[in-house]
Amino acid sequence: MGSTGKYERHLSGRKNGRSRDKKLNSNMKRLDNQYKDAVKSAANTDILLQEDAGFLEAEGMEKTFKFTQDEIVENVDVGTASKRFELDLPTFGPYTLDYTRNGRDLLIGGKKGHVASIDWRLGKLDCELNLNETVSAVKYLHNNQYFAVAQKKYVFIYDKTGMELHRLKQHIDCTLLDFLPYHFLLTSAGNTGYLKYHDVSTSELVSEHRTKLGPTQCMRQNPWNAVMHLGHSNGQVTLWSPSMSTPLAKIQATKGPVRSLAINRNGNYMVVAGADKTLKIWDIRNFQELHSYYTPTQANTVDISDTGLISVGWGPHVTVWKDCFKKKQQSPYMNHMIPSSQIQTTRFVPFEDILGVSHDKGISSLIVPGSGEANYDSYELNPYESSKQRQESEVRGLMNKLAPDMITLDPNVIGTVDKRQQQDRLTPAAMKELELKTKKDQDDNKDMKKLIKPESRGKNSALRKLKRKQRKNVITERAQRIESVLKKEKELRKEKADFANGVTKKKDVISDTLSRFS
Amino acid sequence: MKIKTISRSSDTYLPVRNTQEAALPRNLNPELHPFERAREYKRALTATKLERMFAQPFVGQLGNGHRDGVYSIAKNMKSVGKLATGSGDGVVKYWDVGSKEELHSFKAHYGMCSGLVVVPGTSRDSDGETDDGEGEGKKKKVVRATGKLLSCGADKTIKLWNVNDQKNNYGQNLAATSGETVMEEGLMKTYLSEHALQSMDHHRDQPMFVTGGAQIELWDTNRTRPVSNLSWGADNITTVRFNMTETSVLASAGSDNSLILYDIRTNSPTQKIRTTMRNNAICWNPMEAYVFATANEDHNAYLWDMRNMSRSINVFKDHVSAVMDVDFSPTGQEIVTGSYDKTIRLYGYRQGHSRDIYHTKRMQHVFITKFSMDSKYVFSGSDEGNVRVWRSKASERSGAKSTKLRMKLEYDEKLKERYAYMPEIKRISRHRHLPIAVKKAGEIKRIEIESLKKRDENRRRHTKKSDVKFVSEREKPVVGQVHKK
Repeated sequence: MGSTGKYERHLSGRKNGRSRDKKLNSNMKRLDNQYKDAVKSAANTDILLQEDAGFLEAEGMEKTFKFTQDEIVENVDVGTASKRFELDLPTFGPYTLDYTRNGRDLLIGGKKGHVASIDWRLGKLDCELNLNETVSAVKYLHNNQYFAVAQKKYVFIYDKTGMELHRLKQHIDCTLLDFLPYHFLLTSAGNTGYLKYHDVSTSELVSEHRTKLGPTQCMRQNPWNAVMHLGHSNGQVTLWSPSMSTPLAKIQATKGPVRSLAINRNGNYMVVAGADKTLKIWDIRNFQELHSYYTPTQANTVDISDTGLISVGWGPHVTVWKDCFKKKQQSPYMNHMIPSSQIQTTRFVPFEDILGVSHDKGISSLIVPGSGEANYDSYELNPYESSKQRQESEVRGLMNKLAPDMITLDPNVIGTVDKRQQQDRLTPAAMKELELKTKKDQDDNKDMKKLIKPESRGKNSALRKLKRKQRKNVITERAQRIESVLKKEKELRKEKADFANGVTKKKDVISDTLSRFS
Repeated sequence: MKIKTISRSSDTYLPVRNTQEAALPRNLNPELHPFERAREYKRALTATKLERMFAQPFVGQLGNGHRDGVYSIAKNMKSVGKLATGSGDGVVKYWDVGSKEELHSFKAHYGMCSGLVVVPGTSRDSDGETDDGEGEGKKKKVVRATGKLLSCGADKTIKLWNVNDQKNNYGQNLAATSGETVMEEGLMKTYLSEHALQSMDHHRDQPMFVTGGAQIELWDTNRTRPVSNLSWGADNITTVRFNMTETSVLASAGSDNSLILYDIRTNSPTQKIRTTMRNNAICWNPMEAYVFATANEDHNAYLWDMRNMSRSINVFKDHVSAVMDVDFSPTGQEIVTGSYDKTIRLYGYRQGHSRDIYHTKRMQHVFITKFSMDSKYVFSGSDEGNVRVWRSKASERSGAKSTKLRMKLEYDEKLKERYAYMPEIKRISRHRHLPIAVKKAGEIKRIEIESLKKRDENRRRHTKKSDVKFVSEREKPVVGQVHKK
């Protein structure tokens, strides 16, 4: 019997306290036993897993990071050796790449407009496009049938044959694309500093958030809870969900601009590469930095494999780190260099021991033993699916499509008890009323806006400009006095407005030191 | 260098021939299944919606029904597909449910046929059938499953009918083809009572039956006069019902709002309670011998424990008019009630509110409801003379299901149970279309009950604690209790 550890669900707020209600107690006990049985029997299925994970071990004086790809190719079986290949594409580079969720197809995008979708194991080209336009990001949607390309101005969606299906004109000037497969949301970010969520099943722009942090440097999803992580030029990583217009969390991840980031599959760890040549590992359950590594030059790309291997592309080098989430590593797991080129994107292939690397002069596929999940679940993702199975899983996926507003930091919150106090919660009736009221207010304001026209002239009259110039930036007694009067007036105005809106005035708050006596 | 990589042989994962099934390996590691709960919830929601989409409870009606209201239905305990009904004009009909066709129709009584029962099984000593065979010297095989009906009416007669159970829906006589003698169909015997009868029931295995009317009398099938009179008090007995497990016990409900329990071993009543309003029907739980349900005039049905009748053990609410009949499913887990508000409701045995409500535009006051013997269907007889067949689970379909479908339905059932308390799912699964009269009456009733409760509350609050006691809903129907010395 395998260990039950990984099969356990750690649901938040589950207590084992006993209540006075006997029926409830016995029910809870029954549920608990059911859960334990389920975990146990799930652990028992371990012996049915067919494949073993790969590994690479050094013997004697050898070091794993000294092994070259050529040596590895000599030592592995023919099937794996054939998966090591180089695509020499010097004309349209630098390239970026993406794999389908089952790892079967490879999508490459050259900056100068070359896009191709390839069944890389069979070496079969599905389509090849020359767009004659800048391509900054490519992304497969839920399967290999559709992909999105971020072009010079808009984002386009193409199908497998290379036919243009949609031009998403709401997504302007995007450089980053991602896709949330369970919500069917295409997300884009880029130079405008906007994060946009687009539902590809209904073709609706679900929400757009202004980050207010300048052009977005990098964007990745947390595969565990579908929260989008955005890296910014001030070193911050912000976490977003479509239902909140402000970030769920902000992390000052690096000192310099964030170059790239990645989140592991159970959503516990985030790896952030900064322009300050650091590579940091964060625990995003409690937002704490675990370890910091350095890269000799700033890294362009990081990725985390299903088994927790980290690939870092810096300059012409690719470095793979192992067991970084367990303890600080002294030396990397593997190394590779592509001379006289710059690494653009590295992506581990799902369910394979392969790392796809895109660089200035093409694509290379590297063998990284132990990087892939050996045993896939065919009910979820199937690398060997037939077209019928693919169609069925697409329908199933659409039927089980999750609503965008179900994205939260804790994905298991649904179906749990709201533990807030009764008076803090709104009843459905009250919620509806509030909704109606806000809507009505908005409508009223709309009318008001039409009615009221600004009487005063604009700020930038010539006279005002002159006066502004004359004004010196000196704090005088008079200026302070005016400031305080203005502040008081503002407060009064606010109070009045609050009163009109029915917001009750707070009672005088006793200062903190005295509050304990009240 | 020690090295190993994942290298899957496509032979293991892809079907070699197109007749082969593809391998579908599983890996239950939760990390491979993100959004587990959210997706389960979504599936539960879809399942709930589908359930409501497939909810079509009405199956059909039996034949052309009766010409007058249907006031009695008798189940055949031995056969799932047979049913007897009696109507207001004294006609008794025997039905084959599968084909919805009438097998027999007798003009049994002048006036109403008030009680009807299919004699459960046939016992050797009582029948007199065996005599026929012995008379000729050699034993002839006699059909024991041949059905018998007992009906009683307001015309002071009880009639025993012979019906052929073996007839199937194609008019073929199974018994005749197998070379067995079949008793002639029709009236076998008439018993004369001294007063008009309102209800009757037959003992589970003994050849005796009990009738209720001005008196409650115990009869032996082989005698023409009642064996004993069990009356306690002088009021009309409207319902009598034998316990099907503890077979010597029977319960009756009278027009003086009483519920009386009798034991025929001592030939006497044992205890009696008086309820606030009259009980229209009684049904014993087939699985728990000491539990029975009553349909009450006060819009509720009650569940009683015969060992302690000082309080009911459950109250089934939701009807907006008098409950006319109540019946347990053969599993004892569900009850069905028919009401004067022209609806049928189904309850879980331990639930207080109905899980489903059935109604049609043409159905009038429902006087009788019965579960079928396989608990999958519900029969109802109503004032306008139709005998209707309903599904006991509105969205369930009979017929063979593939393993895949069955597993899916089981999975959906579990999901619905798991997420039953989510607001959206709760709303959808509880939503029912109601006749406007029932809806309005329900609203008015709710307000009434609320104000009564408030009044009680106020009274309690402004009285000394010892003077006004809180009376639970389950205690409310009991006015008084008497034990026979």
